[in-house]
Amino acid sequence: MGQTGKKILIIDDESPIQRLLKVTLTAHDYEIHLASDAKDGLDSILAFKPDLIILDLGLPDLDGLEVIKIVRDWSKTPILILSAREDEGEKIQALDLGADDYITKPFGMGELLARVRAALRHAGDSADQPVMTFDNLVVDRVKRMVFVDGKEVKLTPTEYELLKTLATNAGRVLTHRFLLDTVWGPHYEKEGHYLRIYIGQLRKKCEANPSKPQHILTEPGVGYRLV
Amino acid sequence: MPKEERRANPDDLLADIEEERRGKLTVFLGAAAGVGKTFGMLETAREKISEGVDLVVGWVEPHDRPETSALLVGIPAIPAKIFEYRNHKLKEMDLDAILARKPHVVLVDELAHTNVPGSRHAKRYQDVEELLAAGINVYTTLNVQHVESFNDIIAQITGVKVRETVPDSILEKARIQLMDIPPEELIQRLKEGKVYVPNQAAKALKKFFRPGNINALRELSMRFAAQRVDRQMETYMRMNGIMGPWPAGERVMVCISSSPFSEQLIRFGRRIAVGMKAELLVVYVNTPRQFPMKEKEKDQLGKNLRLAQELEAEIISLNGENIADELIAMARQRNATQMIIGKPGTLGLRERLTGSIVDQVVRKSQNISVHIIPGKIEETRDHQSDQRSDLKRARNWVPYVEILSLMALITAIGWKWGSFLGAVNIAMLFLLPILLGSVRWGLQVGIFSSITAIVIFDLFIVPPLLSFSVADLRYVISFFIFLLIGIYTGKLSTRLREQIDYSRKREAQTSALYSLSREIAAVSDIKTVLDSVVKKITEIFDVQVGILLPDETGTLVLRTSSNDESFLNESERAVAAWVYAHKQRAGWGTDTLGGAEGSYFPLISEHVIYGVLGITPKNRENTLQHEQQSLLEAFTSLTALAVARISLTAKVREAQLLSESEKLRTALLNSVSHDLRTPLATMIGAVTTLLEDNPIYDETTRNDLLQTIQQGAIRMNRLVNNLLDMARLESGMLKLNKDWYDLEEIIQTAIERLGQALQVRDFRINCRPGLPLIYVDFVLIEQVVVNLLDNALKYSDPGSKILLNVRNSDQEIEVTVHDWGSQIPAEDLENIFDRFYRVRAPRQISGTGLGLAISKGIVELHNGRIWAENSLDGGVSIIFVLPSETVPEIPINAEVMSDGADRQEDSHYRR
Repeated sequence: MGQTGKKILIIDDESPIQRLLKVTLTAHDYEIHLASDAKDGLDSILAFKPDLIILDLGLPDLDGLEVIKIVRDWSKTPILILSAREDEGEKIQALDLGADDYITKPFGMGELLARVRAALRHAGDSADQPVMTFDNLVVDRVKRMVFVDGKEVKLTPTEYELLKTLATNAGRVLTHRFLLDTVWGPHYEKEGHYLRIYIGQLRKKCEANPSKPQHILTEPGVGYRLV
Repeated sequence: MPKEERRANPDDLLADIEEERRGKLTVFLGAAAGVGKTFGMLETAREKISEGVDLVVGWVEPHDRPETSALLVGIPAIPAKIFEYRNHKLKEMDLDAILARKPHVVLVDELAHTNVPGSRHAKRYQDVEELLAAGINVYTTLNVQHVESFNDIIAQITGVKVRETVPDSILEKARIQLMDIPPEELIQRLKEGKVYVPNQAAKALKKFFRPGNINALRELSMRFAAQRVDRQMETYMRMNGIMGPWPAGERVMVCISSSPFSEQLIRFGRRIAVGMKAELLVVYVNTPRQFPMKEKEKDQLGKNLRLAQELEAEIISLNGENIADELIAMARQRNATQMIIGKPGTLGLRERLTGSIVDQVVRKSQNISVHIIPGKIEETRDHQSDQRSDLKRARNWVPYVEILSLMALITAIGWKWGSFLGAVNIAMLFLLPILLGSVRWGLQVGIFSSITAIVIFDLFIVPPLLSFSVADLRYVISFFIFLLIGIYTGKLSTRLREQIDYSRKREAQTSALYSLSREIAAVSDIKTVLDSVVKKITEIFDVQVGILLPDETGTLVLRTSSNDESFLNESERAVAAWVYAHKQRAGWGTDTLGGAEGSYFPLISEHVIYGVLGITPKNRENTLQHEQQSLLEAFTSLTALAVARISLTAKVREAQLLSESEKLRTALLNSVSHDLRTPLATMIGAVTTLLEDNPIYDETTRNDLLQTIQQGAIRMNRLVNNLLDMARLESGMLKLNKDWYDLEEIIQTAIERLGQALQVRDFRINCRPGLPLIYVDFVLIEQVVVNLLDNALKYSDPGSKILLNVRNSDQEIEVTVHDWGSQIPAEDLENIFDRFYRVRAPRQISGTGLGLAISKGIVELHNGRIWAENSLDGGVSIIFVLPSETVPEIPINAEVMSDGADRQEDSHYRR
């Protein structure tokens, strides 16, 4: 994977979780630093310079959402959120504030490692490359063309905008609001049905089986991500 | 019969406590301006300040009198409020500032003052009432001529009618401080310009300040003060248990009508009642003869009744035919000892014949003392001429034409066959038009037809013909009978008709009340009740109606109204808020905040205020009549009762919910303790085994143990999630996060979540393409689908089919999950959606029995339905439907249109 030696900062106040993450991630050759509150965490970002931050939203001294705001003021370091199941609203807020991805407690280690890898990967590359490839799906941002299995797919301007936004942020979860705001404009944030219809069309054009999508994935109640 | 000592009931105790909390009123009473009331008040105030009492000046009018101004120096004052009125800047006492400052004592000069229009209350004494209610003690000044019950005596003595009066009730509990100087000294002071500025003084001297006047006023004020001393003495003796010859329970009853003269009667009654320490009753008798009442009369009656209310009389309104009988009956019923009745200046013809009401009352009064007060003649005359002109208007020529034609016919018959019929029969024939006229059109037409009949009969039938002279004097008897029949039949039918009219009116009111009470009796939804009330009131009165109820924070919120705009106005809301806070009516038609557009009634039941009902007249000139007011009051008390009932029901329901959740907790503990312990036991067991690190466990065993732990953990996770979901549903904390979603996408997500378990089964989806988007909470509906599929997996054999079917119509989307497991006994089909209810468990199946209950909760939150059916071909279907709403249009857009055709046709696919 070429990710060995990457540095991960874990900000979580519960020691069993800390211990679990430290043991597993160290075994996968990541360098780990632990912080158990927001103040310690923010100091550690400066000192430790992590490549990824795993942040629990429930911290004793400061709201996790505030931590994201502070970090995003001066750093683009990817942030992976640990959250409880029922807090869709909180997840969405965290993502809108600039978190990259979230994982719901309780989680399997396989899933966590996959998210960590994805976050570290898309932080490194993609965004500024003109041509982006996702297995059989290719988005050429220079020619504004999209290919599936080597064949060109005709997209309408809005469909292309939507796919481009997803591709530019590949791997990240994009909230409904973010997508509506970016593709249609700030007045469309409440018009969820636009998004649903266009995502449906994109899947029909770009996915082998639109009802079992491989690229444009649904994050239930939160948003979409392109992989 | 001596009056029974009243036992203290809770209301009295409450009133006592209220009384103790109220501020005390001290009135510096004088006979006239210039006797030194303000001066005396200020001197007392200075003494109090030197004693360290927190005292402020709320309002003192120095009248530019230097000695008064000098006394004011050094007493803290609340600055006056400036009102803009018709481009004039007017100063007024700042009531709110005083209430906010809450001093121990406040000085408020001139109790009888009328406030600037736009103030909260019309009169200053109402401001003072509010101050007292807020627990602030008030010092004030008052001239005796402003005392309501002395009003007309003083008008008689001085010839000056005082318009600004203070109701006696406010003075009842006050401490009276009499300020008095000899008349000579007062006149001297006046001449020296110490009372009025010089040019006013000369005028005042001539008109008002004559020694005779002043002495009379002095006597009145002293009498008033002495009465108060008497009363206080008596209270003191009573309180200290000193026995004495207490007067038996006297009651003074004042009989009033719609005449302006009645005001005088009420005041007189009040004075007698106060003097005798008796209760005051004011009685008004409605008779059918008075209908229809003229606007002017109605207004005057309303005024009379308001005055009675102000003077704290009990008002009794009676209905009946004979005024005197009704009055006497009421007097006996209420044990009235004194009756006050006015004697009209002139009497009608009927009264002269049958005796006036006064005569009848006196005749029947027996042991009741009757005071007869002579009225002024001009007022009565004015009254009568009014009536006459009214009758003229009411005349209609149709009956007369009909009567005349009938008479002409009879005359023709009599002329032709007179000799054959004989005079007696012709006379009988003439009775027909008389009877017809009087029965059909009443007295007027009756008299007219009798006279016409007499004239015609005399001219054409009675010899000598065509002459008024009568040969046979016996015919005069016929004439007399004609007249008698006309009058009596007419009178009878007129009265009958009036009575019918009157009872119809009463009937309409009663039925309005009855129908409202029936409409709102069984309703438990407050909105429906309020809407019915508003509808009923607008049906009966020509007004706009709005009802305001408090929200959780206690702020009044408009809950319903006949039209929205007029009740949203800020200042109107302030009036309603005042009514709510003070539990008193205010606004249009009252003395409090009378400038408001609407009139606001408190909704009170059992001393608790539930809200405010406001009405705005479409035409401000139409004041409410007494009967309308009482009908409105009946409406408001009905409304208050209904609102009270509903809020009580809500409280009962809350209590029920509480006990329900208690039950839930018990069931939860029973069920959960088992379901939590089983996976925990296996996990702890497996982990301890692994930690032993004993070489007897080979790799396969270790792997088995690890899988046991994983399964246990997953099971616990699901259990905990279910419990949390249930708790959130139960507590109502679950907020729907609705948006437009594709149902197919929701189902796919659910299938993915179930993963391996579903993949090994023969699972099919039957879903037509082109489903509309649905407006739901994605995560929750996904949860429902997961629960239903999970259920199907659990309760059917591993090899059997599971089918998910989606159908949609214009109104609904229906999702069915069908499995071929064992069927559910018919009686349990509904119960399976109850919490912790598990029925068809052929083998030990893990679960809490919460899945279906949670699904039901979620579906119902989406206004959908969920139920179970046993299928004819075996197995069980669980079906839920969600309302399908119209997806908002996306603006015409070529992009969307272009590719509508290439939908996938394959809808039936296997996984």
